Amino acid sequence: MKKLMLGNEAVARGAYEAGVTVATAYPGTPSTEITETIAANYDNIYSEWSPNEKVALEVAIGASIAGARSICSMKHVGLNVAADPLFTVSYTGVNGGLVIVVADDPGMHSSQNEQDSRFYARSAKVPMLEPSDSQECKDFVKKALEISEEFDCPVILRLSTRISHSQSLVELGEKEDYKLKDYKKDFNKYVMMPAMARKRHVEVEKRMARLREFAENTSLNKIEWGSKDIGVITSGIAYQYAKEAFGDVSYLKLGMVYPLPEKLIREFSGKVKKLYVVEELEPFFENQIKKMGIEVTGKELLPAIGELSANIIKEKVLGEKVEINAAINEAIPVRPPVMCPGCPHRGTFYVLKKLKLTVNGDIGCYTLGALPPNESMDTCVCMGASIGMAHGMEKARGRDFSRKTVAVIGDSTFIHSGITGLIDIVYNKGNSTIIVLDNSITGMTGHQENPTTGFTIKGEPTRQVDLVKLANAIGIDRVRVADPFNLKEFEKIVKEEVEADEPSLIIAQRPCALLKRSVNFKGPLKISSEKCRKCKVCMTIGCPAIVDKGSSIEINDALCVGCELCTKVCRFDAIEKAGADCAKS
Amino acid sequence: MQNLNIMIVGVGGQGTLLASRILGAVALKKNYDVKVSEVHGMSQRGGSVVTYVRLGDKIHSPLVEKGEADIIISFEQLESMRWAEYLRCGGKFIVNEQKIDPMPVIIGKAKYPEKIIEKIKENCRKTIVVDALSIAKKCGNIKTVNTVLLGVLAKSTQIEKEVWLESLKETVPSKFLDVNLKAFEEGYSLQAQ
Repeated sequence: MKKLMLGNEAVARGAYEAGVTVATAYPGTPSTEITETIAANYDNIYSEWSPNEKVALEVAIGASIAGARSICSMKHVGLNVAADPLFTVSYTGVNGGLVIVVADDPGMHSSQNEQDSRFYARSAKVPMLEPSDSQECKDFVKKALEISEEFDCPVILRLSTRISHSQSLVELGEKEDYKLKDYKKDFNKYVMMPAMARKRHVEVEKRMARLREFAENTSLNKIEWGSKDIGVITSGIAYQYAKEAFGDVSYLKLGMVYPLPEKLIREFSGKVKKLYVVEELEPFFENQIKKMGIEVTGKELLPAIGELSANIIKEKVLGEKVEINAAINEAIPVRPPVMCPGCPHRGTFYVLKKLKLTVNGDIGCYTLGALPPNESMDTCVCMGASIGMAHGMEKARGRDFSRKTVAVIGDSTFIHSGITGLIDIVYNKGNSTIIVLDNSITGMTGHQENPTTGFTIKGEPTRQVDLVKLANAIGIDRVRVADPFNLKEFEKIVKEEVEADEPSLIIAQRPCALLKRSVNFKGPLKISSEKCRKCKVCMTIGCPAIVDKGSSIEINDALCVGCELCTKVCRFDAIEKAGADCAKS
Repeated sequence: MQNLNIMIVGVGGQGTLLASRILGAVALKKNYDVKVSEVHGMSQRGGSVVTYVRLGDKIHSPLVEKGEADIIISFEQLESMRWAEYLRCGGKFIVNEQKIDPMPVIIGKAKYPEKIIEKIKENCRKTIVVDALSIAKKCGNIKTVNTVLLGVLAKSTQIEKEVWLESLKETVPSKFLDVNLKAFEEGYSLQAQ
């Protein structure tokens, strides 16, 4: 049976069919749906949202050593967090097969950088596979597990946004009956102290030699002969773009992107007149092929920044101009993403902007607070960075500066990697004020549970992390819980806490406006044309539902949810509940 | 068959997802190869969103590129303008009249362009303008805007109406099916007038 599946859903299906029984992840676009699909559809697989990618990988390693086939999924920057276990699990090897799925985000649709994860395979000395559509996503998970077990190593499966988030046809298969392997204590293999690790490093190098040999013969790498005037070496989504652009030429499609099959590459390049490498982001293949002494053209024509496309290849390599007919040549206003109507963060940023604070930001929906009209965020680097950075600012510029500085971080991000930063502030005598934006869910990635929500990935009730007790336990005495929509009270609390000569934690508590289990807004509001004085103070909260129509300020009833934040800033009581005439059905 | 390149453009939250799911189901029924591509995550929060759907004997790239779309369905006027350059020469433009101000317009840093429909008609002779919001309200559910537009799309393709209806029945939850079927019919009959 054929089914239309996202690349991510196909990865989940592959794990199911291959008999995986443990799946771990921290949500991150574009990887999130892998583990969501597993949790929703495959009950024989234990799945979890781990607090971060490092823990997720460690759980998967434990499962593998205990004899299960396991899968651990993350976005590209998540692999930075999980890099520590990655480099050493390369030494210990596995027992049950272990696949690490990493989804890169060329073009940065939803990420803070554009790193090319293929370098991790090379530096950690583990094989990497890269599928080019959903069918291969499924097939390659199985292949990866087999390679993992045959070569005693983890295998990385590299996806990219267009693979993860494109649906294509997948032929479904039967579930393999995979038996849990025996667990054997093996001190020399699994305890990486210097004496044992030195021996394992030798094994890793031997393994690399065997893997290079494997790469020459595996069906993962294949030549498609066409016209021999042009030969293209490519992989993943770039292969699909190349097929569109070049048409009937010859291709060496690499399904295994590390290590490379040198003999196969030589054979292919020897038979074509002109050799191109088409790869997204870094010249990863190109540099290795050039080092083999083979003449090849790649990044001197194609960009190393952003996504590729068939048109880019046509234009840059083949010199074909794309014909555009229907373009309208005038300035088109941009439409950046915005915080939703009813978003709890809007209250927080209104207050922070009003108080003119320096705000160290973090990763989540609230990063949108950096954009107009809020414009109240100064920094955003990586998960958890806000807290350490606020501390660093205080140590650099002193206490007066830190009285005008805060860090804001979401509940899930705080659990992910904010706690250690907070301990640093306490331990090293800082005075920073940290605001946890607790919206009761992991928002930006599309509503995943986390240790603060009280539910597991399967929606089962579980023990909830008590942020107040946690802060108290690490030595923070000043912990305040406040509703960011209670603007006056919230402002007062922020003022008090930045003034306090000790570290403080403010928990800004209000559920995500899209969280159905907790939110019950009363429906759209309207602005009374008699009472409104057009002072536009309601516009300063940056709600997309409030629109300046020139002669009047109006509320778009198709967008307004009735959160009533605007009523709290209006000085003329001009905003009221919309009547029965409202358009919302 | 010749590949068919369709783009669905709009504003995050407008419900473009259902349209692409139904298109996928249609392709499956017709035994076409198909790729549907969209971006999840940050851009979905009220930002400009686009879904690419490609059907044919063999589809490689999941993306529809500039000058290549056979049909663009736009859920919002400004978005029609933004993606217009993706339409191929002789392609069809289905434009919903709805307007949603983007943040730069809301805060007065930019103006919502005027006479968008006229400009699009100038560049594309096969433009169909639909007041899908009013039709959806008339059908009894504002959320059927996407199904109205899908009906207009269905009429614009060579694919049999029955295939669309079957796909709709498989994809839409049963309690919303009747209103969606009504909305689809409204859209489907629109062009005949």
